[in-house]
Amino acid sequence: MQKFEKLTGLVMPLDRGNVDTDAIIAKQYLKSIHRTGFGPNLFDDWRYLDPGEPGMDHSQRRINPDFVLNQPRYQGAQVMLARDNFGCGSSREHAPWSLMDYGFRAIIAPSYADIFYNNSIKNGLLPIVLDSAAMDQLFRETEETPGYRLTVDLAAQTVTTPAGKVLKFEIDAFRKHCLLNGLDEIGLTLQHVDEIKTFEARRRKEAPWLFAK
Amino acid sequence: MAGNTLYDKLWESHVVRQNDDGTSLLYVDRHLVHEVTSPQAFEGLRLAGRKLWRVDANLATADHNVPTTDRARGIADPVSRLQVETLDRNCHDYGITEFAMNDARQGIVHVIGPEQGATLPGMTVVCGDSHTSTHGAFGALAFGIGTSEVEHVLATQCLILKKAKNMRVRVEGKIPAGITAKDIVLAIIGKIGTAGGNGHAIEFAGDAIKELSVEGRMTVCNMAIEAGARAGMIAVDDKTIEYFRGRPYAPKGEMWDKAAIAWRGMTSDAQAKFDKDVVLQAADIKPQVTWGTSPEMVVPVDGAVPDPDKESDSIKRGSMQRALQYMGLKPGTAMRDIALDKIFIGSCTNSRIEDLRAAAAVVKGKKVANNIKLALVVPGSGLVKTQAEKEGLDKIFRAAGFEWREPGCSMCLAMNADRLEPGERCASTSNRNFEGRQGAGGRSHLVSPAMAAAAAIAGHFVDVREVR
Repeated sequence: MQKFEKLTGLVMPLDRGNVDTDAIIAKQYLKSIHRTGFGPNLFDDWRYLDPGEPGMDHSQRRINPDFVLNQPRYQGAQVMLARDNFGCGSSREHAPWSLMDYGFRAIIAPSYADIFYNNSIKNGLLPIVLDSAAMDQLFRETEETPGYRLTVDLAAQTVTTPAGKVLKFEIDAFRKHCLLNGLDEIGLTLQHVDEIKTFEARRRKEAPWLFAK
Repeated sequence: MAGNTLYDKLWESHVVRQNDDGTSLLYVDRHLVHEVTSPQAFEGLRLAGRKLWRVDANLATADHNVPTTDRARGIADPVSRLQVETLDRNCHDYGITEFAMNDARQGIVHVIGPEQGATLPGMTVVCGDSHTSTHGAFGALAFGIGTSEVEHVLATQCLILKKAKNMRVRVEGKIPAGITAKDIVLAIIGKIGTAGGNGHAIEFAGDAIKELSVEGRMTVCNMAIEAGARAGMIAVDDKTIEYFRGRPYAPKGEMWDKAAIAWRGMTSDAQAKFDKDVVLQAADIKPQVTWGTSPEMVVPVDGAVPDPDKESDSIKRGSMQRALQYMGLKPGTAMRDIALDKIFIGSCTNSRIEDLRAAAAVVKGKKVANNIKLALVVPGSGLVKTQAEKEGLDKIFRAAGFEWREPGCSMCLAMNADRLEPGERCASTSNRNFEGRQGAGGRSHLVSPAMAAAAAIAGHFVDVREVR
């Protein structure tokens, strides 16, 4: 996984609640058998005015100028502000893949859907939780201030505004450790091969029907 | 284990190792695999030179991309075809049992797991699909995972997880006539919202849940994720156990007897504590219809499209306004006055034999309304399809003007050729009414199979209780 340590990045506000994974990356792009190349199709239905299909030349498509992602002031954004229950819906890991592929490295929202949160961490995309009052302030400042940038420091668990205001956020120790070090979770688990084998042998005795072929 | 919830018991019995940081290494008994979320996981396994941990814990099928028409000609879309062929190749290379597209047992992964007895009570069941919660209906801990976790399970048969909180949703009293599992779960989501179960595992309980058939319980658990809960579950009872008797992967003989005893323990203790407890009265539940672009945007069929101006929360109001614009609806419109273009009966929520019987009972001897351009019935599996044909349900549907298709996910998410065109309005028995879910610009209303069938005949929503 990609490491996440510290980042100062341009902020884009996505002021909608319950943004689902179908909206983040539409179903037709899930046919890919690769992990990369989803960036041009992030928020496809909101971002383009014409319907998209895999394999199209997206530079030739009609852009929706009203959608926040297309506004010139937010080009190059790495931090996204969002609202409650971001990433609800399906388990598609293509959602964090497309956000990362586009260039986002951190999201800040009051809450996330559980599977999306998990999937994001495993790809080095940091989902930060701040309360609704803090979110309202960040949305306001971002919209009022062209070129608004936030500094995200995972080790310190802080988001710092351009005015120097420091907002603390919570993240559990294991996820933080994995993100900071870019750890491969499978490698971690494989350090416990003997314990898994012992568990399996015991279960095979206790509940043999679980191992029937 | 006095005072433990069903979730506590399922969790504790699968902990391989408790880590100091609050996470656990949890053992996975059954891993279901489909073509969309697995190719990158197999690729990761190959690149790292890792082996598959336990071949027989995996069962695969192709469901999301497969055509529901004439399969003899293969898959026309080359991108879909490559994904399905990639699954075939991965299963072949790693020795995983796969019900490939032309296998009689092929179907939606969440229909075939229980149908084969590959899902059993007391198991941990995972799949790279959020509707894995379906399998919790059998007293199993079942939840959807992402592709990184799919790879993790392939390589280690385990996942590193943090235990969720316990939530119980009780539906008390007798289920009123004409009310189905789908109406119950939509009413639950309407009450607690799409984030109501975030961070929790939901146990559905109460007389009404007990009264449901196991297939109805699958419908309820299927949509736990639509309430934000990764896992939904229901305690084991006689109905659960009987369901598995004679299924291909279920234990037999002495092993069956031993298993059945263990399965009976898959219930919450009377003293168990829940972090959140919600109660609904079954008597209050009417046939449900969604009006917006989130499953929580739901009203009874005798209700009307709500007015955003009456919503005090500005973010919610904004969502409602956007939803109304997308859905092409005006506040105050009676749900019964909403005319439809397409009907979809299928998906992992409602494509089992009882769903098809319920829909067929409504359409028998009637005709699909003239304004309906397409009415589809897509059975959940090849075996469901065969059973339905044995009962003559296909003839009932065809005579009424429905198309009778091959099994798969189909128009629930429109990854294959079955989809809504921009602006088309559909009564759908699926689980998500998100923008573009059933096709870019398509407008989805979630309902039960009986309600979808009644809407097909009327051409607009009607209260199925009045049709009968």
